Amino acid sequence: MKTVAPVGLVGYGAYVPRYRLAASEVAAVWQGGRDHLPVREKSVPGPDEDAVTMAVEAALNAVSRAQVDPAELGAVYVGSESHPYAVKPSSTMVAEAIGAGPSVLAASFEFACKAGTEALQAALGLVGAGMVPYALAIGSDTAQGRPSDELEYTAGAGAAALIVGPAEGALAVVEGSRSYVTDTPDFFRRAGQKYPRHGGRFTGEPGYFGHVLPAAEALLADLGHGPEDYAAVILHQPNAKFPAKAAADLGFRPEQWEIGLLVGQIGNAYAGSSLIGLTAVLDQAGPGDRILLVSFGSGAGSDAFSLVVTDKVSARQGLAPKTMDYVKRRRPIDYALYARYRGKLAV
Amino acid sequence: MALQLPRDWRLQAQRYRLLGAKCRGCGRVVVPIRPVCPGCGSDDVETIKLSGRGEVYSYTVMYKVPDSFERSVPYVVALVRLEEGALISAQITDVEPEEVVVGLPVEVVFRQWRQYGADGHIVYGYKFRPVMPGMAATQ
Ligand SMILES: [Zn+2]
Repeated sequence: MKTVAPVGLVGYGAYVPRYRLAASEVAAVWQGGRDHLPVREKSVPGPDEDAVTMAVEAALNAVSRAQVDPAELGAVYVGSESHPYAVKPSSTMVAEAIGAGPSVLAASFEFACKAGTEALQAALGLVGAGMVPYALAIGSDTAQGRPSDELEYTAGAGAAALIVGPAEGALAVVEGSRSYVTDTPDFFRRAGQKYPRHGGRFTGEPGYFGHVLPAAEALLADLGHGPEDYAAVILHQPNAKFPAKAAADLGFRPEQWEIGLLVGQIGNAYAGSSLIGLTAVLDQAGPGDRILLVSFGSGAGSDAFSLVVTDKVSARQGLAPKTMDYVKRRRPIDYALYARYRGKLAV
Repeated sequence: MALQLPRDWRLQAQRYRLLGAKCRGCGRVVVPIRPVCPGCGSDDVETIKLSGRGEVYSYTVMYKVPDSFERSVPYVVALVRLEEGALISAQITDVEPEEVVVGLPVEVVFRQWRQYGADGHIVYGYKFRPVMPGMAATQ
Protein backbone atom coordinates (compact mmCIF):
# COMPACT_ATOMS: atom_id res chain seq x y z
CA MET A 1 0.00 0.00 0.00
CA LYS A 2 1.15 3.51 -0.76
CA THR A 3 -0.35 6.89 0.07
CA VAL A 4 -1.18 9.41 -2.68
CA ALA A 5 0.88 12.14 -1.03
CA PRO A 6 4.25 11.11 0.46
CA VAL A 7 4.15 10.76 4.25
CA GLY A 8 6.49 9.85 7.07
CA LEU A 9 7.14 9.95 10.78
CA VAL A 10 7.77 13.44 12.15
CA GLY A 11 8.07 12.31 15.76
CA TYR A 12 8.32 9.16 17.86
CA GLY A 13 8.43 8.29 21.53
CA ALA A 14 8.47 5.28 23.80
CA TYR A 15 7.64 4.42 27.38
CA VAL A 16 8.55 1.39 29.50
CA PRO A 17 7.62 1.16 33.20
CA ARG A 18 10.49 0.75 35.69
CA TYR A 19 9.61 -2.49 37.45
CA ARG A 20 11.06 -5.80 36.21
CA LEU A 21 10.08 -9.36 37.02
CA ALA A 22 12.77 -11.94 36.28
CA ALA A 23 11.53 -15.05 34.46
CA SER A 24 13.40 -17.04 37.12
CA GLU A 25 10.98 -15.56 39.74
CA VAL A 26 8.00 -16.95 37.82
CA ALA A 27 9.69 -20.30 37.36
CA ALA A 28 10.60 -20.50 41.05
CA VAL A 29 6.97 -19.97 42.12
CA TRP A 30 5.31 -22.34 39.69
CA GLN A 31 7.83 -24.94 38.64
CA GLY A 32 10.59 -24.96 41.25
CA GLY A 33 12.87 -23.39 38.64
CA ARG A 34 13.46 -24.49 35.04
CA ASP A 35 16.12 -24.20 32.38
CA HIS A 36 14.58 -22.80 29.23
CA LEU A 37 13.23 -19.35 29.94
CA PRO A 38 11.77 -17.39 26.99
CA VAL A 39 13.09 -14.01 28.25
CA ARG A 40 15.45 -12.83 31.00
CA GLU A 41 12.94 -10.43 32.55
CA LYS A 42 9.82 -8.45 31.70
CA SER A 43 8.58 -4.96 32.48
CA VAL A 44 5.77 -4.58 35.01
CA PRO A 45 3.62 -1.45 35.33
CA GLY A 46 3.45 0.30 38.71
CA PRO A 47 0.18 0.30 40.67
CA ASP A 48 -0.81 3.71 39.22
CA GLU A 49 -0.10 2.83 35.58
CA ASP A 50 -2.29 1.48 32.77
CA ALA A 51 -2.40 1.51 28.97
CA VAL A 52 -3.62 5.13 28.98
CA THR A 53 -0.95 6.56 31.31
CA MET A 54 1.78 4.79 29.34
CA ALA A 55 0.29 5.98 26.04
CA VAL A 56 0.31 9.57 27.33
CA GLU A 57 4.02 9.53 28.20
CA ALA A 58 4.98 7.94 24.88
CA ALA A 59 2.79 10.50 23.06
CA LEU A 60 4.33 13.46 24.91
CA ASN A 61 7.79 12.17 23.94
CA ALA A 62 6.64 11.96 20.30
CA VAL A 63 5.24 15.51 20.50
CA SER A 64 8.58 16.77 21.94
CA ARG A 65 10.46 15.23 19.03
CA ALA A 66 7.99 16.34 16.35
CA GLN A 67 7.84 19.88 17.80
CA VAL A 68 4.25 19.97 16.67
CA ASP A 69 1.58 21.76 18.71
CA PRO A 70 -0.77 18.96 19.92
CA ALA A 71 -3.66 21.18 18.77
CA GLU A 72 -2.52 20.49 15.19
CA LEU A 73 -3.08 16.74 15.53
CA GLY A 74 -6.02 15.68 13.38
CA ALA A 75 -6.26 12.17 14.81
CA VAL A 76 -5.37 10.35 18.02
CA TYR A 77 -5.47 6.56 17.62
CA VAL A 78 -4.70 4.21 20.51
CA GLY A 79 -4.19 0.50 19.85
CA SER A 80 -4.32 -1.81 22.88
CA GLU A 81 -5.80 -5.02 24.21
CA SER A 82 -5.69 -3.67 27.77
CA HIS A 83 -7.77 -0.50 27.45
CA PRO A 84 -8.64 0.40 31.09
CA TYR A 85 -12.34 0.68 30.25
CA ALA A 86 -14.37 -1.86 28.27
CA VAL A 87 -16.66 1.01 27.25
CA LYS A 88 -15.06 4.50 27.19
CA PRO A 89 -12.38 5.25 24.64
CA SER A 90 -8.74 5.48 25.72
CA SER A 91 -8.15 7.86 22.82
CA THR A 92 -10.21 10.72 24.30
CA MET A 93 -8.31 10.47 27.60
CA VAL A 94 -4.98 10.53 25.78
CA ALA A 95 -6.11 13.47 23.59
CA GLU A 96 -7.20 15.47 26.65
CA ALA A 97 -4.00 14.69 28.57
CA ILE A 98 -1.65 15.81 25.78
CA GLY A 99 -3.73 18.86 24.83
CA ALA A 100 -5.10 17.64 21.49
CA GLY A 101 -8.61 18.42 20.29
CA PRO A 102 -11.49 18.78 20.90
CA SER A 103 -11.55 19.06 17.06
CA VAL A 104 -9.78 15.75 16.55
CA LEU A 105 -10.65 12.28 15.32
CA ALA A 106 -10.16 9.86 18.22
CA ALA A 107 -10.49 6.09 18.14
CA SER A 108 -9.30 3.00 19.95
CA PHE A 109 -8.02 0.03 17.97
CA GLU A 110 -8.00 -3.63 18.95
CA PHE A 111 -6.21 -6.50 17.22
CA ALA A 112 -4.18 -8.31 19.87
CA CYS A 113 -0.51 -7.35 19.48
CA LYS A 114 -0.95 -5.53 16.16
CA ALA A 115 -3.43 -2.89 17.35
CA GLY A 116 -0.64 -0.27 17.33
CA THR A 117 0.51 -0.84 13.75
CA GLU A 118 -3.11 -0.96 12.64
CA ALA A 119 -3.47 2.54 14.16
CA LEU A 120 -0.36 3.49 12.18
CA GLN A 121 -1.85 2.22 8.88
CA ALA A 122 -4.97 4.31 9.52
CA ALA A 123 -2.86 7.38 10.40
CA LEU A 124 -0.82 7.03 7.20
CA GLY A 125 -4.03 6.92 5.18
CA LEU A 126 -5.50 10.04 6.79
CA VAL A 127 -2.38 12.13 6.33
CA GLY A 128 -1.66 10.68 2.90
CA ALA A 129 -5.13 11.64 1.75
CA GLY A 130 -4.64 15.19 2.97
CA MET A 131 -7.53 15.03 5.45
CA VAL A 132 -5.38 16.04 8.43
CA PRO A 133 -1.89 17.59 8.74
CA TYR A 134 -0.70 15.24 11.50
CA ALA A 135 -1.99 12.02 13.06
CA LEU A 136 -0.84 10.27 16.23
CA ALA A 137 -0.75 6.46 16.35
CA ILE A 138 -0.02 4.66 19.62
CA GLY A 139 0.42 1.04 20.68
CA SER A 140 0.20 0.57 24.46
CA ASP A 141 -0.40 -2.49 26.61
CA THR A 142 -0.18 -3.82 30.14
CA ALA A 143 -0.51 -7.45 29.16
CA GLN A 144 -1.70 -10.06 31.66
CA GLY A 145 -1.00 -13.78 31.66
CA ARG A 146 -2.86 -16.29 33.79
CA PRO A 147 -0.71 -17.14 36.85
CA SER A 148 1.47 -20.20 36.00
CA ASP A 149 0.67 -19.88 32.27
CA GLU A 150 3.55 -19.72 29.79
CA LEU A 151 2.51 -16.12 29.04
CA GLU A 152 3.29 -15.03 32.57
CA TYR A 153 6.99 -15.20 31.79
CA THR A 154 6.68 -12.76 28.90
CA ALA A 155 3.50 -10.62 29.21
CA GLY A 156 5.12 -7.22 29.68
CA ALA A 157 4.14 -3.57 29.47
CA GLY A 158 5.11 -0.56 27.39
CA ALA A 159 4.00 1.95 24.81
CA ALA A 160 5.23 3.63 21.66
CA ALA A 161 3.79 6.62 19.84
CA LEU A 162 4.39 7.81 16.27
CA ILE A 163 3.32 11.12 14.74
CA VAL A 164 2.66 10.85 11.02
CA GLY A 165 3.02 13.97 8.87
CA PRO A 166 4.01 15.14 5.39
CA ALA A 167 7.22 13.53 4.06
CA GLU A 168 9.03 16.87 3.71
CA GLY A 169 9.12 17.32 7.49
CA ALA A 170 9.68 13.66 8.31
CA LEU A 171 12.59 12.06 10.16
CA ALA A 172 11.70 8.81 8.37
CA VAL A 173 9.69 8.54 5.14
CA VAL A 174 7.28 5.61 4.74
CA GLU A 175 7.99 3.95 1.38
CA GLY A 176 5.13 1.50 1.49
CA SER A 177 3.16 -0.88 3.67
CA ARG A 178 1.25 -4.17 3.58
CA SER A 179 -1.37 -5.87 5.73
CA TYR A 180 -1.98 -9.63 5.76
CA VAL A 181 -4.72 -11.29 7.83
CA THR A 182 -6.53 -14.64 8.13
CA ASP A 183 -9.03 -16.07 10.61
CA THR A 184 -6.70 -18.14 12.84
CA PRO A 185 -7.62 -19.31 16.36
CA ASP A 186 -4.10 -19.09 17.78
CA PHE A 187 -4.95 -16.98 20.82
CA PHE A 188 -8.10 -15.39 22.23
CA ARG A 189 -9.82 -13.94 25.27
CA ARG A 190 -13.61 -14.09 25.52
CA ALA A 191 -15.52 -11.00 26.65
CA GLY A 192 -15.56 -10.67 30.46
CA GLN A 193 -12.63 -13.03 30.98
CA LYS A 194 -9.55 -11.63 32.71
CA TYR A 195 -6.96 -13.87 31.07
CA PRO A 196 -6.47 -15.06 27.47
CA ARG A 197 -6.03 -18.64 26.21
CA HIS A 198 -3.89 -19.85 23.39
CA GLY A 199 -4.80 -22.41 20.82
CA GLY A 200 -1.77 -24.62 21.41
CA ARG A 201 -0.26 -25.76 18.13
CA PHE A 202 -1.54 -22.71 16.25
CA THR A 203 0.85 -20.31 18.00
CA GLY A 204 4.04 -20.80 15.98
CA GLU A 205 3.66 -21.97 12.38
CA PRO A 206 0.13 -20.96 11.30
CA GLY A 207 0.09 -17.99 13.68
CA TYR A 208 3.29 -16.00 13.94
CA PHE A 209 5.33 -17.34 11.01
CA GLY A 210 2.25 -17.76 8.81
CA HIS A 211 1.65 -14.01 8.85
CA VAL A 212 4.96 -12.26 9.57
CA LEU A 213 6.77 -13.98 6.70
CA PRO A 214 4.19 -13.45 3.90
CA ALA A 215 3.56 -9.82 4.96
CA ALA A 216 7.30 -9.08 4.88
CA GLU A 217 7.85 -10.96 1.62
CA ALA A 218 4.95 -9.20 -0.11
CA LEU A 219 6.21 -5.76 0.92
CA LEU A 220 9.78 -6.51 -0.16
CA ALA A 221 8.43 -7.72 -3.52
CA ASP A 222 6.25 -4.57 -3.90
CA LEU A 223 9.31 -2.38 -3.40
CA GLY A 224 11.83 -4.59 -5.20
CA HIS A 225 14.00 -4.70 -2.09
CA GLY A 226 16.05 -7.47 -0.51
CA PRO A 227 17.31 -7.91 3.06
CA GLU A 228 20.65 -6.37 2.07
CA ASP A 229 18.90 -3.02 1.44
CA TYR A 230 18.00 -2.69 5.14
CA ALA A 231 20.00 -1.28 8.05
CA ALA A 232 17.56 -2.77 10.57
CA VAL A 233 14.56 -5.07 10.83
CA ILE A 234 12.06 -5.18 13.70
CA LEU A 235 9.57 -8.03 13.98
CA HIS A 236 6.93 -8.57 16.65
CA GLN A 237 8.59 -10.07 19.74
CA PRO A 238 6.46 -12.52 21.76
CA ASN A 239 9.73 -14.18 22.86
CA ALA A 240 13.36 -13.99 21.73
CA LYS A 241 13.23 -17.06 19.50
CA PHE A 242 10.41 -16.30 17.03
CA PRO A 243 11.62 -12.91 15.68
CA ALA A 244 15.22 -14.13 15.34
CA LYS A 245 14.09 -17.24 13.44
CA ALA A 246 11.67 -15.30 11.19
CA ALA A 247 14.27 -12.63 10.40
CA ALA A 248 16.85 -15.29 9.58
CA ASP A 249 14.31 -17.10 7.36
CA LEU A 250 13.79 -13.82 5.49
CA GLY A 251 17.55 -13.59 4.90
CA PHE A 252 18.50 -11.00 7.52
CA ARG A 253 21.61 -11.15 9.68
CA PRO A 254 21.70 -10.82 13.52
CA GLU A 255 23.27 -7.33 13.41
CA GLN A 256 20.17 -6.15 11.51
CA TRP A 257 17.68 -7.35 14.15
CA GLU A 258 19.59 -7.07 17.42
CA ILE A 259 19.16 -3.29 18.02
CA GLY A 260 15.38 -3.50 17.88
CA LEU A 261 15.02 -6.80 19.73
CA LEU A 262 14.19 -5.82 23.32
CA VAL A 263 11.96 -8.71 24.42
CA GLY A 264 14.69 -10.26 26.59
CA GLN A 265 14.81 -7.08 28.72
CA ILE A 266 11.18 -5.89 28.75
CA GLY A 267 9.08 -8.90 27.72
CA ASN A 268 6.31 -8.78 25.14
CA ALA A 269 4.67 -5.36 25.30
CA TYR A 270 1.89 -6.59 22.96
CA ALA A 271 0.62 -3.64 20.90
CA GLY A 272 3.75 -1.76 21.98
CA SER A 273 6.17 -4.59 21.18
CA SER A 274 7.40 -4.06 17.60
CA LEU A 275 6.79 -0.28 17.81
CA ILE A 276 9.05 0.07 20.88
CA GLY A 277 11.67 -1.86 18.91
CA LEU A 278 11.25 0.69 16.10
CA THR A 279 11.79 3.60 18.52
CA ALA A 280 15.02 2.00 19.79
CA VAL A 281 16.23 1.70 16.19
CA LEU A 282 15.25 5.31 15.37
CA ASP A 283 17.20 6.49 18.46
CA GLN A 284 20.36 5.20 16.77
CA ALA A 285 19.49 5.61 13.09
CA GLY A 286 21.30 7.84 10.60
CA PRO A 287 20.20 9.46 7.33
CA GLY A 288 19.62 6.94 4.53
CA ASP A 289 19.07 3.96 6.84
CA ARG A 290 16.24 1.75 5.59
CA ILE A 291 14.10 0.02 8.25
CA LEU A 292 11.63 -2.87 7.96
CA LEU A 293 8.92 -3.14 10.63
CA VAL A 294 6.54 -6.12 10.79
CA SER A 295 3.99 -6.59 13.57
CA PHE A 296 1.93 -9.63 14.44
CA GLY A 297 -1.40 -9.89 16.21
CA SER A 298 -3.15 -13.12 17.07
CA GLY A 299 -6.44 -13.85 15.41
CA ALA A 300 -4.35 -13.27 13.17
CA GLY A 301 -2.45 -10.76 11.04
CA SER A 302 0.65 -8.71 10.32
CA ASP A 303 1.29 -5.15 9.16
CA ALA A 304 4.58 -4.47 7.39
CA PHE A 305 6.20 -1.06 6.78
CA SER A 306 9.33 0.06 4.98
CA LEU A 307 10.89 3.35 6.12
CA VAL A 308 13.85 5.44 5.01
CA VAL A 309 15.46 7.68 7.62
CA THR A 310 16.13 11.30 6.60
CA ASP A 311 18.70 13.89 7.68
CA LYS A 312 16.12 15.35 10.13
CA VAL A 313 16.57 12.44 12.52
CA SER A 314 19.70 13.57 14.36
CA ALA A 315 18.27 16.90 15.54
CA ARG A 316 15.22 15.15 17.04
CA GLN A 317 16.69 12.05 18.73
CA GLY A 318 17.77 13.99 21.83
CA LEU A 319 14.51 15.91 22.35
CA ALA A 320 12.97 13.20 24.58
CA PRO A 321 14.25 10.29 26.67
CA LYS A 322 15.64 7.47 24.52
CA THR A 323 14.06 4.04 24.60
CA MET A 324 17.15 2.51 26.18
CA ASP A 325 16.98 5.14 28.97
CA TYR A 326 13.66 3.54 29.92
CA VAL A 327 14.96 -0.01 29.45
CA LYS A 328 17.94 0.71 31.71
CA ARG A 329 15.78 2.44 34.36
CA ARG A 330 14.87 -0.79 36.13
CA ARG A 331 13.88 -1.90 39.60
CA PRO A 332 13.63 -5.68 40.02
CA ILE A 333 10.68 -6.87 42.11
CA ASP A 334 9.80 -10.29 43.48
CA TYR A 335 6.73 -12.36 42.63
CA ALA A 336 4.88 -11.25 45.77
CA LEU A 337 5.10 -7.53 44.95
CA TYR A 338 4.30 -8.31 41.30
CA ALA A 339 1.12 -10.12 42.36
CA ARG A 340 0.07 -7.14 44.47
CA TYR A 341 0.83 -4.52 41.76
CA ARG A 342 -1.01 -6.48 39.08
CA GLY A 343 -4.08 -7.18 41.21
CA LYS A 344 -3.56 -10.95 41.15
CA LEU A 345 -4.40 -11.30 44.84
CA ALA A 346 -8.07 -11.45 45.81
CA VAL A 347 -8.33 -9.62 49.17
CA MET B 1 -19.06 8.96 44.03
CA ALA B 2 -22.20 10.48 42.53
CA LEU B 3 -20.95 13.95 43.52
CA GLN B 4 -17.32 13.16 42.85
CA LEU B 5 -17.74 12.43 39.13
CA PRO B 6 -18.76 15.96 38.01
CA ARG B 7 -16.06 17.50 40.23
CA ASP B 8 -13.37 15.21 38.82
CA TRP B 9 -14.54 16.04 35.31
CA ARG B 10 -14.48 19.80 35.97
CA LEU B 11 -10.90 19.70 37.32
CA GLN B 12 -9.67 17.26 34.68
CA ALA B 13 -7.87 19.70 32.33
CA GLN B 14 -5.74 21.25 35.09
CA ARG B 15 -5.03 17.87 36.69
CA TYR B 16 -4.13 16.18 33.38
CA ARG B 17 -1.90 18.92 31.99
CA LEU B 18 -0.74 20.60 35.22
CA LEU B 19 -2.23 24.02 34.63
CA GLY B 20 -1.84 26.84 37.14
CA ALA B 21 -2.93 30.42 37.66
CA LYS B 22 -0.50 33.30 37.17
CA CYS B 23 -1.24 36.75 38.55
CA ARG B 24 -0.76 39.52 35.99
CA GLY B 25 -0.26 41.95 38.86
CA CYS B 26 2.47 40.47 41.07
CA GLY B 27 3.48 37.47 38.92
CA ARG B 28 2.69 34.85 41.57
CA VAL B 29 1.87 31.35 40.28
CA VAL B 30 -0.51 29.04 42.18
CA VAL B 31 -1.82 25.51 41.72
CA PRO B 32 -4.65 24.56 41.68
CA ILE B 33 -6.14 27.45 39.73
CA ARG B 34 -7.77 30.13 41.91
CA PRO B 35 -9.73 33.12 40.59
CA VAL B 36 -8.06 35.56 43.01
CA CYS B 37 -4.31 35.91 43.63
CA PRO B 38 -3.48 34.91 47.23
CA GLY B 39 -0.44 37.20 47.07
CA CYS B 40 -1.95 40.59 46.18
CA GLY B 41 -5.69 39.95 45.99
CA SER B 42 -5.89 40.80 42.27
CA ASP B 43 -8.47 38.97 40.16
CA ASP B 44 -6.43 39.59 37.00
CA VAL B 45 -5.09 36.02 36.72
CA GLU B 46 -4.37 33.90 33.64
CA THR B 47 -4.23 30.12 33.22
CA ILE B 48 -0.77 28.83 32.26
CA LYS B 49 0.72 25.42 31.52
CA LEU B 50 3.51 24.70 33.99
CA SER B 51 6.86 23.19 32.95
CA GLY B 52 6.37 20.24 35.28
CA ARG B 53 9.87 20.47 36.70
CA GLY B 54 10.74 21.22 40.30
CA GLU B 55 12.17 19.76 43.48
CA VAL B 56 10.93 18.16 46.67
CA TYR B 57 10.37 20.84 49.33
CA SER B 58 9.08 18.52 52.07
CA TYR B 59 7.49 15.08 52.16
CA THR B 60 5.74 12.45 54.23
CA VAL B 61 5.34 8.68 53.82
CA MET B 62 1.75 7.41 53.83
CA TYR B 63 0.93 4.02 55.37
CA LYS B 64 -2.76 4.28 56.37
CA VAL B 65 -4.88 5.40 53.43
CA PRO B 66 -8.39 5.03 51.95
CA ASP B 67 -9.14 1.68 50.24
CA SER B 68 -8.79 2.92 46.68
CA PHE B 69 -5.15 3.92 47.30
CA GLU B 70 -4.13 0.73 49.07
CA ARG B 71 -2.27 -0.94 46.20
CA SER B 72 0.42 1.78 46.33
CA VAL B 73 1.14 1.70 50.09
CA PRO B 74 3.57 2.85 51.35
CA TYR B 75 3.79 5.93 49.14
CA VAL B 76 5.21 9.41 49.37
CA VAL B 77 3.25 12.65 49.31
CA ALA B 78 5.37 15.77 48.90
CA LEU B 79 5.22 19.49 48.60
CA VAL B 80 7.01 20.16 45.33
CA ARG B 81 8.50 23.59 44.59
CA LEU B 82 7.93 24.10 40.86
CA GLU B 83 10.34 26.06 38.64
CA GLU B 84 7.66 28.75 38.39
CA GLY B 85 7.78 29.16 42.18
CA ALA B 86 4.45 27.56 43.12
CA LEU B 87 4.27 24.91 45.84
CA ILE B 88 2.11 21.94 44.92
CA SER B 89 1.08 18.92 46.93
CA ALA B 90 1.42 15.67 44.96
CA GLN B 91 2.39 12.04 45.14
CA ILE B 92 5.96 11.07 44.23
CA THR B 93 5.77 7.90 42.14
CA ASP B 94 8.31 5.44 40.67
CA VAL B 95 10.36 5.80 43.82
CA GLU B 96 11.07 3.96 47.07
CA PRO B 97 10.27 6.07 50.16
CA GLU B 98 13.90 5.88 51.33
CA GLU B 99 15.10 7.43 48.03
CA VAL B 100 13.18 10.67 48.61
CA VAL B 101 15.14 13.59 50.05
CA VAL B 102 14.48 17.32 50.31
CA GLY B 103 15.82 18.93 47.13
CA LEU B 104 15.30 15.83 44.93
CA PRO B 105 14.77 17.03 41.32
CA VAL B 106 11.42 15.76 40.02
CA GLU B 107 9.33 15.96 36.84
CA VAL B 108 5.60 15.67 36.24
CA VAL B 109 3.98 12.45 34.96
CA PHE B 110 0.38 11.48 34.17
CA ARG B 111 -0.86 8.64 36.38
CA GLN B 112 -3.94 7.08 37.93
CA TRP B 113 -4.97 8.86 41.13
CA ARG B 114 -7.68 6.46 42.27
CA GLN B 115 -10.36 4.04 41.09
CA TYR B 116 -13.88 4.14 42.48
CA GLY B 117 -14.13 0.36 42.78
CA ALA B 118 -13.99 -2.15 39.92
CA ASP B 119 -17.10 -0.67 38.27
CA GLY B 120 -16.51 3.04 39.00
CA HIS B 121 -14.61 5.71 37.17
CA ILE B 122 -10.83 6.07 37.16
CA VAL B 123 -9.39 9.43 38.19
CA TYR B 124 -6.17 10.50 36.49
CA GLY B 125 -3.86 13.42 37.14
CA TYR B 126 -0.36 14.71 37.78
CA LYS B 127 2.22 13.07 40.00
CA PHE B 128 5.97 13.60 40.11
CA ARG B 129 8.89 11.20 39.77
CA PRO B 130 12.67 11.58 40.05
CA VAL B 131 13.94 13.13 36.79
CA MET B 132 14.61 10.42 34.16
CA PRO B 133 18.25 9.41 33.98
CA GLY B 134 19.69 10.73 30.73
CA MET B 135 17.39 13.75 30.61
CA ALA B 136 18.69 15.69 33.63
CA ALA B 137 21.39 17.45 31.60
CA THR B 138 19.29 18.37 28.56
CA GLN B 139 16.32 19.93 30.37
ZN1 LIG C 1 -0.87 38.81 42.63
